[in-house]
Order: sequence, then C-alpha cells, then structure tokens
Amino acid sequence: MAVLPVLIFPDERLKQIAQPVEHFDTALRDFIHDLEQTMRAGPGGVGIAAPQVGCLQRIVIVNVSSKPKIAHHGRLILINPEIVHSDGSVTGREGCMSVPDFTGNVLRAQNIKLRSRDEHGAALELECSGYEARAILHEMDHLDGLLFLDRLVSRRTDLFPRKKYQ
Amino acid sequence: MAPWYMLALVGRDQAGIVARITQALYQGGANLGEASMLRLGGNFAMMFMVSHTGDASAIEQLVARDAQALGLTVHVDPIAGQLHRHIQPNMSVSVYGADRSGIVARVTSALAQAKFHILNLESDVGGSDQKPLYIMHIEGQCASSVEQLQAALADVIQDGIQIHFQAVEPMVG
Repeated sequence: MAVLPVLIFPDERLKQIAQPVEHFDTALRDFIHDLEQTMRAGPGGVGIAAPQVGCLQRIVIVNVSSKPKIAHHGRLILINPEIVHSDGSVTGREGCMSVPDFTGNVLRAQNIKLRSRDEHGAALELECSGYEARAILHEMDHLDGLLFLDRLVSRRTDLFPRKKYQ
Repeated sequence: MAPWYMLALVGRDQAGIVARITQALYQGGANLGEASMLRLGGNFAMMFMVSHTGDASAIEQLVARDAQALGLTVHVDPIAGQLHRHIQPNMSVSVYGADRSGIVARVTSALAQAKFHILNLESDVGGSDQKPLYIMHIEGQCASSVEQLQAALADVIQDGIQIHFQAVEPMVG
C-alpha cells in the first residue's frame, strides 16, 4: 500500500501510448490499490490513469461520488476501456495532477457509452454523462498520451456554455 | 531573480506584431511570464509580465524600435506580482442584451456588492449597427450560490439583460 509519485509534465512518459492489460492477477489489483490511494492523496482528485504514475498500461480509476448533485456510478475501475458511442458536447473546466497550477476549458462529449473490463477481467458496459463522462474521457486521454492541454478551447470563443444550444 | 514589469503595447492591428515584439524582448534577455493579447476594434492590445535585470526604461528601450515601426504605444510599470499566484474561478457569468450604456457598470456593481471577485472579463458587441448586441463573459470567485447571485442581479435581469450564472467546478484528474 503506497501513494505513488505522480509524474509531472514535461515527463515524456505522459506523452506515450499505454498498452492493454493482459493479466488480471493479484499484481494488477495491488497496483490498482496503490493507484487509488494516489488519486485520493491528490487535492480534489476524482480520477487517475496509470501513465500518471509511470505505468504504461490501460488502467483508469474514476470516482466522482464526492461531488454533490451529479449522476455517477461511484468507484469505477476501468481496464482497457473503449468508448463505443458519444454524443453532445459541453465545455468544462479541467485540471490535472500532472499539470499543477493550471486549469483550462475543454470541450468534451456530454454522454458516452463505454466497454471495459474490471480488475477481475469481467466485461462491463456503462453509460455516463456530464462530469463523470468528462472525468473518464480526461483519464482515457492519458492512455493515449494526451493531456487536457492538447484540447484547450479559448475563453473568448466560448462566451456561452454550448449546452444551451443543443 | 530579476524583477517583474507589466509591459503594455497598443496599436493598429497587423500581422506579425507579436513575433516582432517578443523577438525584441527575447534578444534583449527579457523573460516572459503570463500574458494576454487580443484584437479590440481593429487595434491589437498586448499585456505581458516581463522579467528583466534592467529597469523599466531598459525594457522600453528593448521594444522601442519595433514599437515605433509598428505604430504601437508602449507602457511599462514595475509590479509586485509573481508567477504561480492563480486564483481559480468558481463561477462563470454570461451576460447579453440589446446594447445600451451602463450594462457593464450595472452588472459589475451588483456583482461587487455580492463580493464577486472578477478574475477575467471579456466583452464584445455583436448584432448589427442598427441592433447591436452587447455580450460579456465573466469568470470569478464568489462565496455566493447561483441563486444568491441571481437575487443580487434581479433588478438588472428585470430590465431585460440576460444573465446566466454557472458554477465552475474544475474536474481534476
């Protein structure tokens, strides 16, 4: 059990593509435990991806249940997740443990459907929206070497929340 | 550590302004911090945090030749500011309505009374010459809820100005 050191950009490992998990074993679950401890240790952290601690495997943890008045699925362990459908778009503010002292506006899908495995290798399908979908998409970007900095939108060209026009 | 200055340059917009000014600063050994630049009504306005070992007049001299060639006015002030002093906004305000004088004053006065700290404000005039539309977006920090702010701005809203508040909750992952 340990809180792992979080990589800070410009660490090159944050820009690499993570590999699928093949073995759903005790070592994986031990690592997930440490990854979750690390997420909780970060100020306000509601998600984390394995590459943020230097493990280039397709593992994401999201838990937005601490935020009031939003739909969520509680603690989500997503292994080899894939988005199978997304629709809508909404701008929201994002920050990242790997990019301290900066937050920016990012356009994300409003609704997503995804397929994934859990920490035991069982298949799961989920439909998520809003803040939880944003957290999942932000973390899944880490699996492909993308940071929210790659998706920033200008404040000036985004005078209104786009959601109003859907 | 070299002291920080606020450098402001304003003039008729043309392509290449930013490149020429920042090259002059770079060649002169200045270091840039936070900056904001935008086109306003055909002019280009730039504000830079600049750190430099020299005094304010030394920075002015670094950009003087290019500023003159580009027709930019230059202003430099020493500042007490530092990097990494961000305040995160927790509220976003969209304001729009038929353009008339006093919108900004009324909205921001009501916000100030509600102890809303404005961190960023951008406004524009859209619509047509005959029917101009004033559009403003504000981000700031405030201890009040959306409902409390709506109540604080009730008079302005009743006068036909559309005001939408949205809590900003950064997703940190």
